[in-house]
Amino acid sequence: MSGSVSLADGPCQVLSAGSGPPLGLLADVGGWAVLPEFAQLLADSRQVVAPALPGQVGGGDFRGLDDLPDWLAATLDRIEAADLVGADFVGFGIGGLLLAELAALSPASVGRLVLVAPFGLYDAGEPTADPFAARLSEQPALWSARPDDYAAALACPDGEDPVEWQVTHLRGQEAAARLLWPLGDLGLAKRLRRIQTEVLLVWGDDDRIVPPSYAKRFADAIAGPVSVRSLPGAGHRVDFDQPRALAEAIQAFLG
Amino acid sequence: MKLLWFHLMPYTDLPSDFVERHPSVWVDIDPALFDATKAHAMYNDFMDELEAAAELGFDGICVNEHHQNGYGLMPSPNLIASSLARRTRDAAICVMGNSLALYNPPTRVAEEFAMLDCISGGRLIAGFPVGTPMDTCYAYGMNPSQLRDRYYEAHDLILRAWTADEPFPWNGRYQKLRYVNPWPRPVQQPHPPVWIPGGGSVETWQWCAERDYVYTYLSYFGYKAGQATMSGFWNEMDRLGKDRNPFRAGFLQFVGVAESRQEAMDLYREPAEYFYNRCLHVDARYAQPPGYASEKTIRARVESQVARAAREASAPSSASRPSFEDIVEQGYVVVGSPDEVAERLREVAVDLNVGQLMLLLQYGNMSKDLTLYNTELFAKRVKPQLAGLFEDEWENQWWPTPIAGDARAQPRALSS
Repeated sequence: MSGSVSLADGPCQVLSAGSGPPLGLLADVGGWAVLPEFAQLLADSRQVVAPALPGQVGGGDFRGLDDLPDWLAATLDRIEAADLVGADFVGFGIGGLLLAELAALSPASVGRLVLVAPFGLYDAGEPTADPFAARLSEQPALWSARPDDYAAALACPDGEDPVEWQVTHLRGQEAAARLLWPLGDLGLAKRLRRIQTEVLLVWGDDDRIVPPSYAKRFADAIAGPVSVRSLPGAGHRVDFDQPRALAEAIQAFLG
Repeated sequence: MKLLWFHLMPYTDLPSDFVERHPSVWVDIDPALFDATKAHAMYNDFMDELEAAAELGFDGICVNEHHQNGYGLMPSPNLIASSLARRTRDAAICVMGNSLALYNPPTRVAEEFAMLDCISGGRLIAGFPVGTPMDTCYAYGMNPSQLRDRYYEAHDLILRAWTADEPFPWNGRYQKLRYVNPWPRPVQQPHPPVWIPGGGSVETWQWCAERDYVYTYLSYFGYKAGQATMSGFWNEMDRLGKDRNPFRAGFLQFVGVAESRQEAMDLYREPAEYFYNRCLHVDARYAQPPGYASEKTIRARVESQVARAAREASAPSSASRPSFEDIVEQGYVVVGSPDEVAERLREVAVDLNVGQLMLLLQYGNMSKDLTLYNTELFAKRVKPQLAGLFEDEWENQWWPTPIAGDARAQPRALSS
């Protein structure tokens, strides 16, 4: 179901389903208009709660955020408003980056973490792709291992205003760019050593944005117990490409 | 009207198979293509051409800023302008301009422009572009979502730095400076004329109107394509209650003059095709960083795309590599005899209501000899036919006000 919480700068969309111990979800670039399939699968055993991040669908303003502390404060605002303080979390891409930062700097805010292809590191020897410098025709295969399906999912649905649809899509891209530009390296590498909580790192085998080898870079730097799960048949958007395998991996980790 | 001679400083030796073998002229252009010895000759030729244009009586000479760009070899236009300030006497020095958000702190622009105004004796026109996505976001790593706010803040800081009568602190969103006090300060008071190069955004037009700045539309696609933009600009001036003083507006036009139209077609074919094919071979991946365009602009663009797609569903546009005939037909380049060019440019100036006309008389791989031929024919046989246009009716309050000639320094002559 879709609801919202009130923040100081306006309402913020919160998608939720199921019952049981809460499990917070933070999406990647653009966010989710509806609760995605993997979350529906998890809702059998958990209350899944997905507050939108700034600039994502329903996520509110992001142009007031100038630096990482601003983004972390905005993320904490959403976690607190959605009653998720201390909950286990799953974070994708930029959501994963923000959760890793919170785990390092505000450890009481989050429980166990599943980080799915998080941004935040950059190794010049094996660089991340530049998702903001791809031709439109290249975008689907950059993000997804199912590019045709992904392109179809991004197309404006019948009945929606195509102008607003595109503006919303570009707004999500701009918000991500505002956080990540130009390389996505905000200094997280220096702070991963502070993460004590238990972490599962999930990567699509075919991630063309953040190379799968980055899982080891994260795992080596995080202080707490870390396990790594790679998923075949998935690109960067693991949630879209392999929702069932992802849900099973999360369930197995959280118990 | 004012006629300004504009140089892009294109690298003139891109290979003939450049478009086939290389993805882009900009941002990630192949470093192996750059021959510094050839560039030595190019820079000196280009500066000779600018100096010759000034000597031939053009009202102003223009330079601009690009980065990692095969058709624009001026990452620092101020370096070129500094030399021009010494080697020219009367022409306005139009730096078009400095991309404000790229200067850290932006008071660097206040300082360097003040230096240029002092060296030139008050001949500077201060151009303040936002900068293209390729220059700002990709080559210089500027965050596209912050670029415009940084630009506006930098503008406010520079203007205050030029006009404040005592040192002041600046606690901006992006810039924190405890002591702002540029030294030197500009000759022209309260500051040099400010010209804003822009695309077609309503916000920029409104901003220019609010501050009484010149708006310049620096398109490479000539007067036909420029008609809609300039018409939009003037409609917005009407709406805002501003007069239609043509000196509020600048426009860029490529020109090729010869004794006859046929000779012009023969002479300017190669440099024009070089420019419109090789020099404009920009990888589309660098065109639209998210956040560079405002949502208002995106809405207008998407709406026009939707409308255009509906209209042209069965006739998609092709011409990405135009022939010279296309280039001339579309009005990208005005070619002809001096009389033909003068007549056409008069129409352009009147139709677009543009008093500050910027002319590209060197483009692509045009040689120095041909550039000087084009420039001299224009100066001697076109310019006189355009002299005085608009000047009876309108005052050009956006033109430099230099120190009087007899009070101006005389640079030492070069010894052989």
